[in-house]
Amino acid sequence: MKYTTEFRNNEVAQALLSHIRERSRKKARFMEFCGGHTVAIFRYGIRQLLPKNIEMISGPGCPVCVTATVDIDKAIALAQEKGVIITTFGDMLKVPGSKSSLQKARAAGADVRMVYSTLDALQIAKENPEKSVVFLGIGFETTAPTVAASILEAQETGVKNYYVLSQNKLSPPAIKAILQSGEVKLDGLICPGHVSAITGAQAWDFIAHDYRIPCVVAGFEPLDVLQCIDMLVEQVENKQARVEIAYRRGVAPEGNKIALDLMSQVYEPAPAQWRGFGVIPGSGLKIKKEYRQFDAEEKFEIKAAPVDDPKGCLCGEVLRGVNTPLDCKLFGKVCNPESPVGPCMVSSEGTCSAYFLYGGNAID
Amino acid sequence: MEANDKILLAHGSGGKLAHDLITKNFVTALDNEILSRMDDAAVFEAKGRLAFTTDSYVVNPIFFPGGDIGRLAVCGTVNDLSTSGAKALYLSLAFIIEEGFAVKDLQKIVASIKATATEAGVKIITGDTKVVNRGGADKIFINTAGLGAIADGVEISGINAKPGDKVIITGTIGDHGIAVLSQREGLGFETKLKSDVAPLGNMVAEMLKVSGKIHVLRDPTRGGLASTLNEIAKQAQVSIRLDESKIPIREEVNGACEMLGLDPLYVANEGKMIVIVSPEDADKVLKAIQKNVYGKNAAVIGDVASDHAGRVSLKTALGSSRIVDMLVGEPLPRIC
Repeated sequence: MKYTTEFRNNEVAQALLSHIRERSRKKARFMEFCGGHTVAIFRYGIRQLLPKNIEMISGPGCPVCVTATVDIDKAIALAQEKGVIITTFGDMLKVPGSKSSLQKARAAGADVRMVYSTLDALQIAKENPEKSVVFLGIGFETTAPTVAASILEAQETGVKNYYVLSQNKLSPPAIKAILQSGEVKLDGLICPGHVSAITGAQAWDFIAHDYRIPCVVAGFEPLDVLQCIDMLVEQVENKQARVEIAYRRGVAPEGNKIALDLMSQVYEPAPAQWRGFGVIPGSGLKIKKEYRQFDAEEKFEIKAAPVDDPKGCLCGEVLRGVNTPLDCKLFGKVCNPESPVGPCMVSSEGTCSAYFLYGGNAID
Repeated sequence: MEANDKILLAHGSGGKLAHDLITKNFVTALDNEILSRMDDAAVFEAKGRLAFTTDSYVVNPIFFPGGDIGRLAVCGTVNDLSTSGAKALYLSLAFIIEEGFAVKDLQKIVASIKATATEAGVKIITGDTKVVNRGGADKIFINTAGLGAIADGVEISGINAKPGDKVIITGTIGDHGIAVLSQREGLGFETKLKSDVAPLGNMVAEMLKVSGKIHVLRDPTRGGLASTLNEIAKQAQVSIRLDESKIPIREEVNGACEMLGLDPLYVANEGKMIVIVSPEDADKVLKAIQKNVYGKNAAVIGDVASDHAGRVSLKTALGSSRIVDMLVGEPLPRIC
């Protein structure tokens, strides 16, 4: 098993596509929650291969994109504090805050370092005992357990200069917010693969049960996505609504108990500000009292006032699935990957970036 | 000078230490009749059309699987000359070295430069060494400039791509970028992958021998295959259509790219050439490339068309089409 070429096999893809075309009769609108799926769908041109009665829309599952401007401003403010090293996953560097970005702050002299793992951030803290090392906790359930693990590791090894600015978010409340608002009608949900690896497919039961919407957890290779769409079509045609897994090599119904335990040991749910959504109750992860010595919000007095999103930017609407990037007047003109206005153009998983780089729905 | 010595500021001062460093390490190792005269300027005869290019090398780490900064500094410039169809003749070689750099590492790099220059059939005829304070540079930076001769009748340029032409890549893409990344601090992952860094002058000479209809040669270094093809499409005002299933990519590169969130189309190569050739000569040229030691995996990966000038598109593995844009930003700094 090589895990890439097998899941890009054209013959199998064509068979799945034929099956979808044969079976699909009803008009259906499917949303992919996850930015990783958005990229896979665009990179392999999957939208243009589907029958016309299937409409695909992108959802809010890009962690960088849903980070509110005020939270980015907080990170930038922290970066400018004396003696602070900011460690972050790379995507955050370019995201514009209200006045600057971490990348610009770095160019102006702030110590901002890109890491690929929270343990690298912790290592930087160990190597720089005279500095305060802050890790920007961005991401959904996929990264939250590793952030929690770094806090526990810091405690165990007596690291006193490691802090987390916890902006991690939970996925199910965001989907719930979309469904409750009634702004977009969905006939099926492509559930996130790696979030589900942690939460288990069971995290989506409420969607099938309360909203009668078919849910299928998918992986990120083109065959994973096609199989998922095939399974969604099957449910739609049969008027079913249940949670299925098209990504069994990565996801179990019950999820990853160790990771979930780590999360609940370190974090408690709290209200969180989302770009495009406002505050969603119970969708944030606050560091528990027992671990507050590692909480950057406790250690530093971070000054950042809530600000409006950039004028004309439709990132919020794009994240809720209400608009596509093509509806945005800034898209491709003022806003492009080199000088992004909103975060959906910055992140490699952002919907606007995928539209821009891969040419939208289809090319002639 | 002992191999376990360190480079001192005085090694770049122009005084005795500098003289010793240059004569004992560079001139002896890179010996040729022009360099060994030790004049401030290299003097040589030249006739006809010449190609001239320069590049600086700041790769981190300086030793990586399949190569090092020295081999890279020769290959990069030799290959840039080759993109004009020129035969590389002479290189200049300039070092900027950080104080405290290990002499044994410098000797290793010089030996690698010598071996690569010999392989490429190019002479290093002038050079310079500067030493900067600790922290003033990161270990060692190299600049090379290169001079090459272009045979009569050879007219190769990005503007020459014509509708109907075939696009060939001389081997697997992304090997260099991923091999270097695999060694990065904080990112180290285990792979047997090696950088493809190689001088391609001989391969280009063999291509030119079998075809007079090679229109474009370009080495897809930083920005990878995708960005280089975009440059050509814009330069020649044509569109380029790729077939994803034909692009040779190693499984390790695909796997690492998935893990790191990269697209192999944008990952750097240092031993590959994009060849755009008239369709009737495509087969001949492909066979000539495949006979070369660095061209075994060469493949025709697409063609040139006249619609949508400036655009590169890709037929995906699933048969749909999408745009392939230029690289934006800098996901992989200091790859060469």
